Amino acid sequence: MNEVSQQLYLSSSPHIHSGETTAKVMRAVLYSLVPACAVAVYFFGLSALLVLLLAILGCLGTEAVCQRLMGQPVTIADGSAAITGVLLALNLPPTSPWWLTLLGAVIAIVIGKQVYGGLGSNPFNPALVARVVLLISFPVQMTTWSAPAPLGSGLDLVTTATPLGAWKNAVMLTGQAPVELQGGTAQYFLGNMAGCIGEVSALALLIGAAYLFYRRILTWHIPAAFVGSVVVLSGLFWLINPAKYPSPIFHLVTGGLVLGAFYMATDMVTTPVSPRGMLLFGVGCGLLTVLIRLFGGYPEGVSFAILLMNAATPLIDRYLRPRTFGVQAGKG
Amino acid sequence: MCAAHNRLADMKRKTFAGGIHPPDNKQWSAHLAIEDCPLPAELIVPLAQHIGAPSVPCVEVGQQVLKGQVVGSAKGFVSVPVHAPTSGEVLAVEKRPHPWGMALPAVVIRPDGEDRWSPELQPADPGELSPEQIVEKVRQAGVVGMGGAAFPAHVKMSPPPEKPIKTLIFNGVECEPYLTADHRMMLEEPERILQGVALLQYVLGVERVVIGIEANKPDAIALISEMCAGTPVEVISLEVKYPQGAEKQLINAVTGREVPSGGLPMDIGVAVHNVSTAAAVADAVVHGRPLIERVCTVTGPAIREPKNLRIRIGTLLSHLVDVCGGLAEEPGKIILGGPMMGFAQLGFDVPATRGTSGLLLLRHEDVDPQPEGPCIRCARCVQACPMNLLPTTIAAYARRSLSAEAAEYRAMDCIECGSCSYVCPSSIPLVQVIRFGKAAILAKKRKE
Repeated sequence: MNEVSQQLYLSSSPHIHSGETTAKVMRAVLYSLVPACAVAVYFFGLSALLVLLLAILGCLGTEAVCQRLMGQPVTIADGSAAITGVLLALNLPPTSPWWLTLLGAVIAIVIGKQVYGGLGSNPFNPALVARVVLLISFPVQMTTWSAPAPLGSGLDLVTTATPLGAWKNAVMLTGQAPVELQGGTAQYFLGNMAGCIGEVSALALLIGAAYLFYRRILTWHIPAAFVGSVVVLSGLFWLINPAKYPSPIFHLVTGGLVLGAFYMATDMVTTPVSPRGMLLFGVGCGLLTVLIRLFGGYPEGVSFAILLMNAATPLIDRYLRPRTFGVQAGKG
Repeated sequence: MCAAHNRLADMKRKTFAGGIHPPDNKQWSAHLAIEDCPLPAELIVPLAQHIGAPSVPCVEVGQQVLKGQVVGSAKGFVSVPVHAPTSGEVLAVEKRPHPWGMALPAVVIRPDGEDRWSPELQPADPGELSPEQIVEKVRQAGVVGMGGAAFPAHVKMSPPPEKPIKTLIFNGVECEPYLTADHRMMLEEPERILQGVALLQYVLGVERVVIGIEANKPDAIALISEMCAGTPVEVISLEVKYPQGAEKQLINAVTGREVPSGGLPMDIGVAVHNVSTAAAVADAVVHGRPLIERVCTVTGPAIREPKNLRIRIGTLLSHLVDVCGGLAEEPGKIILGGPMMGFAQLGFDVPATRGTSGLLLLRHEDVDPQPEGPCIRCARCVQACPMNLLPTTIAAYARRSLSAEAAEYRAMDCIECGSCSYVCPSSIPLVQVIRFGKAAILAKKRKE
């Protein structure tokens, strides 16, 4: 059997491939979000599950319709629209009405992604685009938070404030941070606080992120720079006036910081490609987040910080290129 | 536990930044002793086998030639002569299919089966030879780099006086998956290699001599280290990572220095030779024997019996397949060299050359190309690039024929190792597109 058929592949090297595909990468990201989703459903019950399902189906459906209308192959199987759906849901309050969730899904896919040319071409994180559009357009629905009511506790969802929101209100009214807020950090870490579906459990998010580190889908640069700069800047303010400014630990475990630093700010498409660029991106996100939280109009600044840094990504990529092997630093 | 421990030990080994970890697939042939490949019915000896000017034929059709006799003479300094791999009759001097993908001039020889050496080739006592005489013998023997690039060895042995060589590195890395030719050479013929090492050390008058071997060849490391004990030759175990054997990356791992962009190793006082090239240098100088044979790994899932074969230059690939028990399955791709940087062939009717370190036969399922998707900017190519380039950016510019921009992003520094294409989850043919971009940059430069 030494005959060779006409069907020989002919191409230039390399002739082997790692076997990694975009769909596999996306699937891994979806798996990594399972713990966070599970904790959210545990704390917020079926309403959170409903938001999750609506957001995923809304994103998949919108992407399919867009691609059909444009006469393009439908690529919802690659998993990227599903991720946008999950991330959008994690950025919504668990009590979001169904129309708000679906509207968010359409905004994320149409305005956040497809108008730019689909996967790989969008400058901004689609889920965050949707979140911010909703936050500005429907401030009441987007900031109606409920206290967690763990499954089986018999509690109903009760409207309450997020720790960050409570702090901001207190500081605006009294100029002082309420003491009881600072004491709850361990509970916040586990997820026992009011907030968006995905903001609640830092622990569950970190478990998922650990899996992504293991799969080498996440690199440490953006999360470390983001979290590190939040700690440094918020720590500075806290040292100056601990009665007014919350501690770095409070900053870390409340709001969307962990979700933002590990999942939203690490969206590959909308962040720099070089290690130094990623570090600068992360630092920018961290500083903007703290400034918005402490001095901005909104209690939470993670979304805005990431979107602003998304806008800076092309610039960062242009000016912070890696030093090519064999080229002396500073000699271009 | 043991694997984890090895991994830990590996992390401390010398290496470069970036790179990838493809499965090494050396288990098919790493344990197999080198076998002499039987002489084929016909040898097709290409006159262009090296980087530089092709040789000029100096025999006529019908002429009887002896083993080791010159059949093509060198043209210019960066060129080497080509020799008859055995004794026999010249059947033709004409263009024949060549591994580079075109028909190129070759001397076709029908072996007479006697394998008689030319009487002109005489052994010499290297102790009585001057460095210049040694270099001349190496040139006459047609020794070229045997790692694949086939750059004439005598050129690397004659650095200009203003660029003295201080460190001499021998490349026993063999980082290409599947290939085991250098590994077997180090295990079975370390004396020849070390003889060549000593000769090159003498010629270049270097201070430091290093043999770099990837840590996946512990037997070779142990043997060579033992044989080098008490000599100034250092044996360094290098991390298993592709492209550890690329010249610039090997130099970086061993010396910590970087060959300047656009420069040569001699610019930082380094010369690198393959371990098999060292053995060829020893043959040339000590025995007066030219480079007419080499060890070639015939392997891959589509061949029945993988082997490490000592083959005559000019042996057709079809003969190698026969000697290895034929095909186990219909091949999807025929590759000369390794899977990362080898050359895909149109068929088995091309000859092995001095640079043929392996014949790799992959099945259809091994090479089934994935459809290309959009770049998701995952930056894996950036992390993998051993030259610290931005492959996806360069490729995007090259695709749009923006060669000035591609050049600005340092496309010309790409060593074409293929790590970027290997890791790309969107199966974008990054290095292939970058090659196209480099060609466009060079064409533009020539025009200007």
